[in-house]
Amino acid sequence: MGIGLALISVLGLILFAYVGTTIGLNALFGVVFPYAAFIIFVIGFIYRVVKWGKSPVPFRIPTTAGQHYSSLWFKQNKIDNPSTAWGVALRMFFEIFTFRSLFRNTKAEILQGRLYVGSSKWLWLGALAFHYSFLIIFIRHLRFFTPETPWVISIAESLDSFLQVHILGSPLLYITNISIAVALLYLLGRRILDPKIKYISLPSDYFPLFLILGIISTGVLMRYFFKVDVTAIKELTLGLVYFKPVVPEGVGSLFYIHLFLVSILFAYFPFSKLMHMGGVFLSPTRNLANNNRMERHINPWDYPVKHRHYEEYEDEFREKMKKAGIPVEKE
Amino acid sequence: MGLPRPEELISDVNLKKMPSKAWMDTLPVEFKPGFYCYGAKGKNLEYVGFPNARDFHVTDPDWKLPEDWKKTVIEGIKQRIERFRTFHVFMDICVRCGACADKCHFFIGTGDPKNMPVLRAELLRSVYRKYFTSSGKIFGRNGGARDLDLDVLKELWYYFYQCTECRRCSLFCPYGIDTAEITIIARELLNLLGLNTDWISGPVANCYRTGNHLGIEPHTMKSTLEFMCNDIEDITGIRIEPPINKKGAEILFVTPSGDLFADPGIYNCMGYLMLFHELGLDYTWSTFASEGGNFGFFTSLEMAKRLHSKIYEEAKRLGVKWILGGECGHMWRVWHQYHNTWFGPVDFLEEPVSPITGTKFEHAKSNKIVHISEFTADLIKHGILKFDKSRNDNLIVTFHDSCNVSRGMGMFEEPRYIIKNVCNHFYEMPDETIREQTFCCGSGSGLNAGEIMEQRMRGGFPRANAVRYVHEKFGVNLLANICAIDRAALPPLMNYWVPGVRVSGVTELVANAMIMKGEKEREMNLRMEPLPGKEVE
Repeated sequence: MGIGLALISVLGLILFAYVGTTIGLNALFGVVFPYAAFIIFVIGFIYRVVKWGKSPVPFRIPTTAGQHYSSLWFKQNKIDNPSTAWGVALRMFFEIFTFRSLFRNTKAEILQGRLYVGSSKWLWLGALAFHYSFLIIFIRHLRFFTPETPWVISIAESLDSFLQVHILGSPLLYITNISIAVALLYLLGRRILDPKIKYISLPSDYFPLFLILGIISTGVLMRYFFKVDVTAIKELTLGLVYFKPVVPEGVGSLFYIHLFLVSILFAYFPFSKLMHMGGVFLSPTRNLANNNRMERHINPWDYPVKHRHYEEYEDEFREKMKKAGIPVEKE
Repeated sequence: MGLPRPEELISDVNLKKMPSKAWMDTLPVEFKPGFYCYGAKGKNLEYVGFPNARDFHVTDPDWKLPEDWKKTVIEGIKQRIERFRTFHVFMDICVRCGACADKCHFFIGTGDPKNMPVLRAELLRSVYRKYFTSSGKIFGRNGGARDLDLDVLKELWYYFYQCTECRRCSLFCPYGIDTAEITIIARELLNLLGLNTDWISGPVANCYRTGNHLGIEPHTMKSTLEFMCNDIEDITGIRIEPPINKKGAEILFVTPSGDLFADPGIYNCMGYLMLFHELGLDYTWSTFASEGGNFGFFTSLEMAKRLHSKIYEEAKRLGVKWILGGECGHMWRVWHQYHNTWFGPVDFLEEPVSPITGTKFEHAKSNKIVHISEFTADLIKHGILKFDKSRNDNLIVTFHDSCNVSRGMGMFEEPRYIIKNVCNHFYEMPDETIREQTFCCGSGSGLNAGEIMEQRMRGGFPRANAVRYVHEKFGVNLLANICAIDRAALPPLMNYWVPGVRVSGVTELVANAMIMKGEKEREMNLRMEPLPGKEVE
C-alpha cells in the first residue's frame, strides 16, 4: 500500500528542485532549505528523545535471551541476559553495532502440514550493509564541511576505494556506492516481493527508501558521470558552515537536487520511523539488567490499590475454617 | 471438539498469500466461533469494581458502551504514553521490517495477517497516530492513521485477545518492541470499557474473594491436599500431614491453584508434598495466598497488583522468613518483573537460605522468592536426594520451555538439570523451538478457554510440530514443563496433534524417582499406574 504515492512524492521533490533551480532560486535550495532542514532535524530529534525520556520506566522488563544469573552454578549468558550495568552496555553495544537481535532471525515455512523453522540472515545482512554504507558515506561527506580534510575522513575514503577501480576514466569507485545501492534495492525488493512485508508496508516505509535512492543516484551521477565543479560546491558548503552563505556560479541543478533531497531527509527524520535511530537506545526490553530479584526497581508513579486483606477473607470463611481445623486469627 | 482433523486444520494456512484488501479495509471483523472467548459476566466485573459492569456478549451488535467511550480510550492512551516508556517508544519506532511476522505461533497457525505481531501492534498504532502524531493528523490514512470507531474497537478486542503475551516476537525485533507490552496496554484500555472475557474475569473475581482462580475455599483446599496425601500413602506407605496457615513456619509455599485441581497438575502438587515431607521442611501452605498465578495480569497491571499483594501480606502475617514458588509461567513473570516493584521493599522477610543445604539464594535477596526448580536443583547438586531413576524408565522425556520463565526471567538450565537427574531418557526439541526461542503452548494469557479451542490448536501447532518431531525420531512420550497453564493446555494439544505424548510437571518426575525414608516398595507412579517392571502380566 502506498508505494506509488511514495515514488510520486520523491519524483515530485526532484522536479520541484529542478524547476526551482532552473528559474534561479539557487539561494533557496542552496542556503535556506539546508539551514531550515538542519534546524528541524536537531530540534526535532532532541524533542522526540526528550519526550520519550519523560515517559518513565515503571517496570524492569528486559526480554531475557539466555540463562539468567543466579547463585547456583549454571553459567550465565552475560550478553543476552545481563544482570549488571556492564552486561547491559555489552548487550546494547552488540545490538547497535551488530544488530544482534536481527541476526537471530529465522524463517518459518509450512510444507505438507509440517512446520520448518530455519536460519535466515538476509535481512540482517541487508540492514547491516545499508547502515554501515550510509555511515561511511556520511563520514566521507564531512570533507565538504571542513577546510582541510581530517585524517579520519581520508582513511575512510581510501578504505572505501581500496579496490582501485575506475569506471570509464572517472574517479576511483567507492565500494559503499555499490553496497548501499544493492542494500537499498534489496530492502525495497523485499517490501514489494514478500507478500507479508508488502501487506504491512505504509507509504512512510517506501518514502525513505525512494528518497535515499534519489540521494544516492544523484550523488553517483555527479561523481562518475557528470563532471560537477567540486570547488564551487565546497565553496557553498563551507559558506554554510561559517555562516557566510554564498551561492557560487557553475553549480548545476543536479547538485541542488541532491542537496534538496538530503535536506528533506533531515527535516523528515524526526517525524518518521527513522527515529528508530534514537529509540533503539531507549528500548526497556533491551537496556535494563535482569536483576529484579536482587535489586528493587522503583515505579515513580506507583499508587496504592485496594485489595482484599486476610481479615476480610477470614471474616467470610471463619466458620468453615474452624470446622476444618484450619487455624484462625479470631476465634 | 468439533474441530477438523489435524491434517486438515492448517491446510488453509498459506503464509505467503495475503488478502487482496488492504488491512484497514477488512472491517468489520468477523467473530469466528472457536477464535474468541465469551464475554465477561456483569457480576464478575462488578465484584472487583471494573468499569461498565454488565453481561457482555461479543456477537451482539450493541456492546453497551458508555456514551463517552471514545474519549475514555483516547485519554487512556494518553495516560499510558506518559506512564510507560515502553508503550511510547514502541508506538513510534517500528520500521515494519517484518522480522517478527513469522515468529508468532498464531500467525503460523492461522495465516491471518493481523496475527503478525507487527500488524497486531499497527491496529493500535494506527489509532495512536491519528490522535497523537502530527503525521497521522496531517496525512491520515496515508500516514498510517485511522479514526477510532466501534468497528476498530471490536477489531482491537478480537486481536488483543488472540495474543498470549509470549514475547517471542520481541526476541527477534531489532528494537526490542514487545507485543506483550502492547497487548497488556491494549487490554487495559479495553478493560476501561468493561470489555473482558468470561474466562479471565471469572478467575479474577474468584481470586479476589477466595485467594485463588478456581474459587477453592479454605476447607476445600485442606481436604484436597488430604486427598492427595491419601494417594501418596497408598503409593509410598508414608502419611503426610500438610501444614496449612501455620504461623512461624520458615517458608511459605505458593503455587498456582491449577496444581490443586486438575490432572496432571495434581500429580505435581503431590510431588511438592512428598519432596517437602522428605526434607522435613518447615513450611506452610496458605489458604488465602493460594494462587501464584495472576489472571489480573491479563486485564490491567492495577488488577494484577490487587491480586498479588496478598502473597507478601500473608507471608508477613504468618511470620515466615521467605517464599518458595511452585512451577508456573506468568506467576513467575509477575513475581520476577513486577511484584517487588509493587510491594517492596520486602524488608519484613529474610534473604532466602536453603535450610537443607545452606545455599544462599543471593539472586533473590531483594524480593525473597525462590523458584522450586532452583531449590530442587540445589538439593540434587548437594546430593541430598536419593533417586531410583528406573522408576521413570518408561518415560522418554522432552522439555517445553514456558514463555514467561524463558523470556521474562531466563531460567533454562535448572529444570533440565533436574530432569536429567531423575530420568534416563531425555531429548531436546530442535534449537529454534526451545529455550529463548521456545514456542508458546498457544493458550497463555487467559486464552485457555474451551470456546477458543480452534485458535488454541492452531496456535499450539508450532509447539506440537516440534514435539511430533522428537516423538517420531526418539519415541518421546512425555512433555515436561514448569507451568500450570502448560499442564492444562498441553494435554489437549498433544491429544490433537501428537497422540501418545503425555504432559507432566518436573516435580512429579522428581517425586516419582525420589527414594523416601521409610517408604514401602513402590509399585505405582504418582498417577497410580504400575511402575516399569511392576506391570501385572
